[in-house]
Amino acid sequence: MADDAKHRNVLAAIVYRLRWWLVTGALLVAFTLWTGEFHQAQTTAILASTLRHSTPLVLGALCGMLGERSGVINIGIEGQMLMSAWAGFMVASATGDLLIGVLAGVAVGMLMGAVLAGISVGLRGDQIIAGTVLNIAAIGITSFFFTQGRTLPSGKLLPIRLGPLADLPVAGRVLFSNKPITYLTLLLVPVVWFGLFRTTWGLRTRAVGEHPSAAETVGISVVGMRYLNLILGGGIAGLAGAYLSLEAVGSFERGMTNGKGFVALAVMIFGRWNPIGAWGAALLFGYASAVQTQFQFRDWLTSDPQFVGMIPFVVTIVVLAGFVGRARPPASIGQPYSRE
Amino acid sequence: MSIRSALVPVLAVALAIAVGAVIIALSGSSPVDAYRALIEGSLSDPKSIGRTLEKATPLVMGGLAVAFAFKAGLFNIGGQGQLVVGAIIAGAVGYGISDLPWIIHAPLALLVGALAGAAWGAIPGVLKATRGAHEVITTIMLNFVALNLTDWLASKVWREPGVIVRTPHIEPSAEIPRWGEIPTGFFLAVVAALACWYLLRGTTFGFEIQSVGLNADAARYAGISVRRIFVTTMAISGMLAGLGGAIETNGIVGRYEPGFNAGLGFEGITIALLARTHPLGVIPAAILIGAMQAGGSMMQFKADVQPEITKIIQALILVFVATPIIVRWLLNKREADELSVSSTWGS
Repeated sequence: MADDAKHRNVLAAIVYRLRWWLVTGALLVAFTLWTGEFHQAQTTAILASTLRHSTPLVLGALCGMLGERSGVINIGIEGQMLMSAWAGFMVASATGDLLIGVLAGVAVGMLMGAVLAGISVGLRGDQIIAGTVLNIAAIGITSFFFTQGRTLPSGKLLPIRLGPLADLPVAGRVLFSNKPITYLTLLLVPVVWFGLFRTTWGLRTRAVGEHPSAAETVGISVVGMRYLNLILGGGIAGLAGAYLSLEAVGSFERGMTNGKGFVALAVMIFGRWNPIGAWGAALLFGYASAVQTQFQFRDWLTSDPQFVGMIPFVVTIVVLAGFVGRARPPASIGQPYSRE
Repeated sequence: MSIRSALVPVLAVALAIAVGAVIIALSGSSPVDAYRALIEGSLSDPKSIGRTLEKATPLVMGGLAVAFAFKAGLFNIGGQGQLVVGAIIAGAVGYGISDLPWIIHAPLALLVGALAGAAWGAIPGVLKATRGAHEVITTIMLNFVALNLTDWLASKVWREPGVIVRTPHIEPSAEIPRWGEIPTGFFLAVVAALACWYLLRGTTFGFEIQSVGLNADAARYAGISVRRIFVTTMAISGMLAGLGGAIETNGIVGRYEPGFNAGLGFEGITIALLARTHPLGVIPAAILIGAMQAGGSMMQFKADVQPEITKIIQALILVFVATPIIVRWLLNKREADELSVSSTWGS
């Protein structure tokens, strides 16, 4: 009997801790059903579009998270994504092979991560400046070396249907007939979570981010861990870039990231430096974007589309100020590390 | 700023131009021709100097906005939003009111534009002070909101009849005059920089701002209201950006047109960093970047080098400004005074 009561208390505590997520989730479900008037097709469309919009954001947030958990701010996610989108497109266009394009995007993302690490960790430069360098360099390089009129000979990445699962109502189209990078993202969220909180690598990463000199005294290489995490994160941002040019749009446009790297930063803080939290935040943002299309479909506010365009950003501000409040970053963030 | 620490940005610019020359040569053009055209388009005669100062004016204001917020440990990425809000409001006051004498109309338009920027900038300050919402997120989000809002205002509320989405041209009485080829608005920006410098160096308020920036906990312990500093600093920062937009509308463009000043707010970050967050350093930094923008088209026309090369040079300048080790080695100094702007990310 006593055991039973204890279990119930633990459950209540968990529900209480997650109360805002649960309330938000319930509201979103209610709103989806209401706007879709229980039309299965529309509900499916909103949810699928939510997932699509959230993909580059959650990838960008994971990139930022790996850096910040190890103590390095990365405001250059935007630049990493843009460079990778460009490199992925150019390589895929030249070789005609999408897979090579995606790999090139990831490689360039890792290279950008290495540059960030080189400036901010190796040369102990200021981290905000290092990130700004990536952003400006990406705009410069991608437009200086971009030749108009290139196309993808093979088209963009196509959805993969996961057998009979794809035929399920609603969930089939939303979850089981996506394109490759979207699947990879769904896989990366739990993998990064597991890595950060259940492995030696994760423990070391967090130790380096919270208290680098303590980590160094037990034999962890602060510099090495920061390089590793920034390069890994760069690869993930590279995937987000490849998603934009090779999976979502199928071409490259100047400045095509359009602030997504910065929104990803918001998503990361919003998710409190936790992959699962960031995923939830990205879904919320993706949902707010998806609803825009629904508004157009329903002919609401179509004469003033600018107000519909504001929705995702206003939602983020309201939720951040109303529900989330103060978030605590890793303790040693922003400080270049030098052994005394 | 001692002469030695001023050497750092100068060396950084020289190095970046050298590396830029290599990139131009690698892409198959002549760096000498390119740089000659760049200088010709930006500094060779009164007309091109005027164009450089035109470009530099909003850049000074955007750079000041970022640098000023940095002093309180706040990272204002929202300069873009604050700038467009100030720009469109100043444009509306400029064309909407007629029969005012110049001496009232022009300052009124600038003032209302600056106040609109201040109000827009104060929102993230209030959200941070009362709800603990991170200013980096809220300023970015407000950029997008401002973009949509000004688009809507320009296309619905204050639209000039016709095909192009833009506000009507301002009344002559609201125009900031030119002094020959030189836009007078530039001198307003210089005055703003001097005012910021004095505010930070010579007043109690400035001391409080810098105390909060250096250590918010210590400042709170010393009896400074950190919340009040957050709100007022963000409002002033937004006011500077908004005034920049207003000067551009009423002194250079003559009206608000969506997309016309895209990206100006983000250049502010580069300029503030290049100036090492010093209010007076912002002026030469903005002139440098303004000259690159003004001469870019001439470079494309005469030397067939895409103007985006100047972005790459800007990034290189920042690398050299940001990495104390390289500069220390060049100056043969044992301790370079390091530039840090990211120490207060989380507080």
